[in-house]
Amino acid sequence: MNIEAKLGLDVFKIDEESHIKIDNEVCSTVCTTKSCQWVCPANLYEIDDQGNNTVNHEGCLECGTCLMACDHDALEWSYPQGGFGVQYRLG
Amino acid sequence: MEKVDCIIVGGGLAGLSAAYGLASEGVEVLVIERGDYSGAKNVTGGRLYVSPIAEIYPELWEEAPLERRVTRELLTFMAEGSHTTVEVAADRFRTGPPRSHTVLRAKLDQWLADKVMEKGGMVITKNRVDSILKDGDRVVGISAGGDEIGADVTIISEGALGLLSTEAGLRAEPVAKDHAVGFKEIIELPAETIQDRWHLNEGEGAAQLFLGSVTNGLMGGGFLYTNQDSISLGVVVGIDALRWNPQQKESYKLLDEFKELPQIKPLLAGGETVEYSAHTIPEGGVRKVPPLSGDGYLLAGDAAGLALNALVTVRGMDFAIASGYHAARTVLSAREREDFSTTTLSGYDQALGESFVLKEMEKSQYIPEIMENPRLYGHYPQAVNALMEDIFTVREEPGKKLSSKVTSAVRRDFLSMRTVMEMFGMRRV
Repeated sequence: MNIEAKLGLDVFKIDEESHIKIDNEVCSTVCTTKSCQWVCPANLYEIDDQGNNTVNHEGCLECGTCLMACDHDALEWSYPQGGFGVQYRLG
Repeated sequence: MEKVDCIIVGGGLAGLSAAYGLASEGVEVLVIERGDYSGAKNVTGGRLYVSPIAEIYPELWEEAPLERRVTRELLTFMAEGSHTTVEVAADRFRTGPPRSHTVLRAKLDQWLADKVMEKGGMVITKNRVDSILKDGDRVVGISAGGDEIGADVTIISEGALGLLSTEAGLRAEPVAKDHAVGFKEIIELPAETIQDRWHLNEGEGAAQLFLGSVTNGLMGGGFLYTNQDSISLGVVVGIDALRWNPQQKESYKLLDEFKELPQIKPLLAGGETVEYSAHTIPEGGVRKVPPLSGDGYLLAGDAAGLALNALVTVRGMDFAIASGYHAARTVLSAREREDFSTTTLSGYDQALGESFVLKEMEKSQYIPEIMENPRLYGHYPQAVNALMEDIFTVREEPGKKLSSKVTSAVRRDFLSMRTVMEMFGMRRV
């Protein structure tokens, strides 16, 4: 079962606005690690065709691993607004 | 500004435990939870150690929606192509203390929130606290969705990321070195199948921890807990280890590969994955616990770093419940004295210090350091497997005596200056 299918099992109440904001200037100038690309247990980070770092916030499990893994403070991470984000049915 | 006696930020186990204690005494308590319901944003491995909290709200534990009582404890050392398991089943696990149960958070937290409301506490869900309000150094309330609410005391039980308390200057920001990420699948299986596969009687459960190749040698481990009619199967990895890993292995793949192992796959046969979840675990130990109180506030649960990973026991929920209980008692004495400053609220730090929570964490203060040794996740599990495989191997040519097999393996893999020094270190565990 691939990661997208696993996320498809969960209930997400999607906020159009992302609760994670990426400062791409930092990503493209200072950061050589790019650990966000592999640490996320939901595999949400991806460098797009234009070379920008993107996060598919809609599938966020809200663990905060990316926030802690980022060395360069490129991420502005908030809890999703009340009533949004993943809602674990079992936990 | 509207005002209540006590605001509790976060409706998880710590917050609800505090709310229950306060509402039971008629204190006007408002729990603000950003999930659709309590538990919506929470995850456990997992297992709750009930014995340490048996005396805390004893009437609750009789009816709490717990999954299975853990009667079989398993520890598996994993190497490529080999694994060795130690399994302990004791009558005591079944009948008397110690007592622990597997749990599922959405069920447990929602039930506890109902209990709080039965006692007259208010639990507001789908509302996110945006910031902690301060007047100088004193916490005076919170702001949520443009509304400000004041309180004599604010109990901050917002969870491991501690974003609000960090922003308010009450604790340091969460760092990779002090946290692990745990992610798991909940796989449905009929109760009878679970009982067959793990040799359990009805209501009994197994808890299994895996050390070694499951995390590709990174700090962490695998876990498997049997719920009533599902199993929780997952992996925990230190965030620092994960990000500095030269292989840059995608975290989620560790679980996929774990599931495919020939010794794991049959355990999941016929099962259906119904949920995938992830959560962060504070692993910094007692030295990374922030000041627990100040003027107008108390920190409880994971937000206060109150969690302990001692490899074979992983604790957070019992600490959370206990910290909530002591927070409630501290608030009650603050109300008696009509003093909500650090003078009275620091009684919380003292109460936790005298409780099993900080005592256990103090006892385990060297564990985070010891757990950084990569040999725990590579060399030692491999050595255990090499020895055990050898012991059970019968070849064409007569092999060594059993005692020779053991002594040569011990000499080769366990008796080095390095291991001796590590053993000295382990005395502190």
